[in-house]
Amino acid sequence: MKLKLKVWRQKNNQTKGSFEQHTVEATEHMSFLEMLDVLNEQLISEKKDPIAFEHDCREGICGTCSMVINGQPHGPQKGTTTCQLHMRQFKDGDTIVIEPYRVNAFPIMKDLVVDRSAYDRIIQAGGYISVNTGQAPDGNSIPIEKNTALKAFGAAACIGCGACAAACPNGSAMLFTSAKISHLSHLPQGQVEQTKRVRGMVAQMDKEGFGFCSNIGACEVECPKEISTENIALMNREYLKASLVSE
Amino acid sequence: MSLTGLFLILFLIVHLTGNLQLLSDDGGEAFNIYTDFMSHNPLIQIIAKGNYIFILSHAILGILLALKNKKAKGSKYAVSANNKSSWASGNMALLGTLIFAFLFMHMGHFWFQFKFGSELPLVSYDGVEMIDAYTKVVSVMSQPLWMALYIVGLAVLAFHLWHGFASAFQTLGLRHKKYTPLISVLGKAYAIIIPLGFAILPLYIFFTQS
Amino acid sequence: MHLDNKVSDGELATKWVNYRSTMNLVAPNNKRRIEVIVVGTGLAGASAAATLGELGYKVKCFSFHDSPRRAHSIAAQGGINAAKNYQNDGDSVYRLFYDTIKGGDYRSREANVHRLAEVSVDIIDQCVAQGVPFAREYGGLLANRSFGGVQVSRTFYAKGQTGQQLLIGAYQALSRQISKGAVTMYNRHEMLDVVKIDGKARGIIARNNKTGEIERFAGHCVVLATGGYGNVFYLSTNAMCSNVTAAWKAVKRGALMANPCYTQIHPTCIPVSGEYQSKLTLMSESLRNDGRVWVPNSVEDAEAIRERRKTALDIPEANRDYYLERRYPAFGNLVPRDVASRAAKIACDEGKGVAPTGLAVYLDFASAIERYGKGEAISRGIPNPSDSKITELGEAVVAQKYGNLFQMYEKITGENPYKMPMKIYPAVHYTMGGLWVDYNLETNVPGLFALGESNFSDHGANRLGASALMQGLADGYFVIPYTIGQFLSNEIRTAPIDPNQEAFDVAEKNVKGLLDKLIYIKGNQSVESFHRRLGKLVWDYCGMSRNAEGLEKGRKLIKELREEFYKDVFVPGDANEFNPELEKAVRVADFLELGEVMMVDALNRNESCGGHFREEYATEEGEAKRNDKDYAYVAAWSWSDDGNHVLHKEDLKFDNVELKTRSYK
Repeated sequence: MKLKLKVWRQKNNQTKGSFEQHTVEATEHMSFLEMLDVLNEQLISEKKDPIAFEHDCREGICGTCSMVINGQPHGPQKGTTTCQLHMRQFKDGDTIVIEPYRVNAFPIMKDLVVDRSAYDRIIQAGGYISVNTGQAPDGNSIPIEKNTALKAFGAAACIGCGACAAACPNGSAMLFTSAKISHLSHLPQGQVEQTKRVRGMVAQMDKEGFGFCSNIGACEVECPKEISTENIALMNREYLKASLVSE
Repeated sequence: MSLTGLFLILFLIVHLTGNLQLLSDDGGEAFNIYTDFMSHNPLIQIIAKGNYIFILSHAILGILLALKNKKAKGSKYAVSANNKSSWASGNMALLGTLIFAFLFMHMGHFWFQFKFGSELPLVSYDGVEMIDAYTKVVSVMSQPLWMALYIVGLAVLAFHLWHGFASAFQTLGLRHKKYTPLISVLGKAYAIIIPLGFAILPLYIFFTQS
Repeated sequence: MHLDNKVSDGELATKWVNYRSTMNLVAPNNKRRIEVIVVGTGLAGASAAATLGELGYKVKCFSFHDSPRRAHSIAAQGGINAAKNYQNDGDSVYRLFYDTIKGGDYRSREANVHRLAEVSVDIIDQCVAQGVPFAREYGGLLANRSFGGVQVSRTFYAKGQTGQQLLIGAYQALSRQISKGAVTMYNRHEMLDVVKIDGKARGIIARNNKTGEIERFAGHCVVLATGGYGNVFYLSTNAMCSNVTAAWKAVKRGALMANPCYTQIHPTCIPVSGEYQSKLTLMSESLRNDGRVWVPNSVEDAEAIRERRKTALDIPEANRDYYLERRYPAFGNLVPRDVASRAAKIACDEGKGVAPTGLAVYLDFASAIERYGKGEAISRGIPNPSDSKITELGEAVVAQKYGNLFQMYEKITGENPYKMPMKIYPAVHYTMGGLWVDYNLETNVPGLFALGESNFSDHGANRLGASALMQGLADGYFVIPYTIGQFLSNEIRTAPIDPNQEAFDVAEKNVKGLLDKLIYIKGNQSVESFHRRLGKLVWDYCGMSRNAEGLEKGRKLIKELREEFYKDVFVPGDANEFNPELEKAVRVADFLELGEVMMVDALNRNESCGGHFREEYATEEGEAKRNDKDYAYVAAWSWSDDGNHVLHKEDLKFDNVELKTRSYK
């Protein structure tokens, strides 16, 4: 299949970017990134600068790949990262527009590569349980109901790829932040620090310059791990609770 | 946003209930007595002042939110995604601004006139003299331009409520497997019924009185 | 060079506890002044950095990723072993130890493996306390499943995303230490050299991949947790950026590479579909709990399938060869990975492969779906359920257990594995070899430690499923925090290391020289194309089965390829900017050297054991034939630029297990 690509090229954060047109020959069994590999090989053979994009595990779990395909982070297939998206989702002759995530808190580094360290700092602001190595009681000493454990798992499945903030017209990171808060708050061991956690993480989210949630729901639609906005409601509830409790 | 929004949602019900008296076939008597009561009862006055504060804070918070979010988003994508979120949800600020403008028109037509206007039509029932608000309403609504603008304004309100109602619950963290679908349906019903209820009035007046 | 493994005397069962209780400590006031460099943030690195930070050391932690959470441990699917015996099925620390030693084909160090089995139970407790959402039973207690090569159920899991959940746990612990200032995190920093002063590792040179700057970092010691080298094969289940560079630079500075020929070929991966293929995707071993592996009995049927004239469903039960169940009745589909992989290769070599390339076997869930469906029907009280109802119920059970894996399979292949058996083929997955370390996890370079997959220590010649996560976390949480004290207790009088001394100047100059060299070659071939060719070479001559002739040839071809690389590679852009192609070039350059040492090691080892299968050394039935008399040693290699790499041996002593022929029949 022959495809027309319009790819965003930008040298670094100081320069302005623009779209560049390419055509590429692909097969339906290729993954989207393999299609870009083919294009990059083409560019290198012409001694041109290949398109910079981030990727690593290519099995949908590391959260490194990050690009917006035809306006959708990770492209058109539901619950799928870019690396797991295969070309059978496209038709011969399609034009595909590829852009970087556009969120102010994720500055563009080059072409399709953005800096997502803001997410790390949100986790550092409280997205953990304070337990030192060696302090733990027996794993079975706290029974956790199967469905509760599954709910915690559902939220913990977040891969930190940034698609939620990228999809959000408000540039909000609430789905990411709430997934971590929800993961830990479903577990008894996580509840101890809940107040401090939700305050800290929400404050950091604001400090990073992410927007506020206005419940548009684009994050949930684009999330490759299908994390639910139920987590945002839970975070809102916990945040209200935390605000009402005086220090 | 959510708390002020929910209060304004309640206010709309009260406002509509009162306004529906425009439909009673008594030459405006019920409506005029209602208006007079609303503008002189001290408790109502306090609530009314509160209502203005809610409207203003809803608007101001909304503007701040929209500004912060615009900054957070940075630039837009070249292709807009065709995902499943509603059009209204992404355009609440625009809708809100239009509603705010609509409120100016609405207040200008009535509240301003009643407070500061001269040559107000008067009417008296059982010896009590009061402003003939009914005639005032009829005089505005019988003009096609105003009537049309009211209908447009209410349509905008409908869109705003379409997203706003359920969204307020989500923001307050009130989400539940059982009740959220109900709230969502209720919100959509509300977003249609209330503006529709309001819209009947100008249409009714326009087609019966002019 | 004499390799002192520093294993203390005494009973195996109490060795670690005694050692731990008597080893040297560093007092808290001294810990504050001691700087530790940790390279890598996978399970081993993140858990080590976090724990060392908790203990009070000043830690600098490095990752070439944009975030510590991206390390490839995240992709581990199946689970983590621990000798908890929660299932009351006869498990114990000794049994886990024994299974691991046996699974490793008696090529690992007893003391290390026993310690691993001992601390395995603490890992689960630690992870639960951190909030890792392990799978649970309805009663709220932890659930287990079985993995290959084992007859008990001791694997803890979180759906098919166990690695992710464990890594996030370690990442959170690390994040906590970062927020406290105990750990300074350097993302997008790739270690390109170890700096040695007076023979001790005292720092690293790293490239800031974001800016291209070469930076110096000094510390009292250096801990490498930089993963395995499976990407030398180009096509592997490793992440695209996984590489050997940090470990290889250590080798260039005198550390030894132990058993590099021990590579694990995982039996259940999605087969290659074309030339453009960039990586292979693993389907968790846990699938073999319920999936049955088969090929058609006849080559004709296989041919018909390959030519798409028939599908798996057209082959009647009687014409299928469930070869693992037939050959290994005791373990059936759950034989260890090396055994399962070789059996798949044999089936395909016989012409019974079922993919158009001829390289695939079936992994079939039909009977599991039927079995689960009938069970569900009974537990739900449905009398005389129809076949379609049974299938529906059974598919739901299978979906609950493996849903995400099935989904992934469908996304990649476009085929529905509930209806059509999965096609699988072995692929490179893990490398048991790695930097030689003693009982303290210290390499032969004082002050240079290696953890997790980057060392060689615990898995011998073959790793059992769900043991990699166990080892990474054991090393990081429960071993290095103690053993590092053996080195650092002698360093409490050492002032902070000054990065402005000559050794750093020299190392930095070397690194810059190498980068410039790669940039200025300005040849005609891409880095990727060299990597592909290297991968094919190593796979063809040092892959699932090896022979002396092929290894000799492979070694020669790699050398030629390396020469060609330095003449004709094209690296676009500059060294002093964000340049992913340059990053790749550095990694491939190191793989080109490592590949040669793998061949040398494989050639030296005239026996078959675990992941190392020499065609010359096989039984009549085609099983691996070990030679314990001559090869019960660790082969640790030092690199020499002239090609005369030197072998150093550490003899393996087995005082607690009897060396037997591994049998899973």
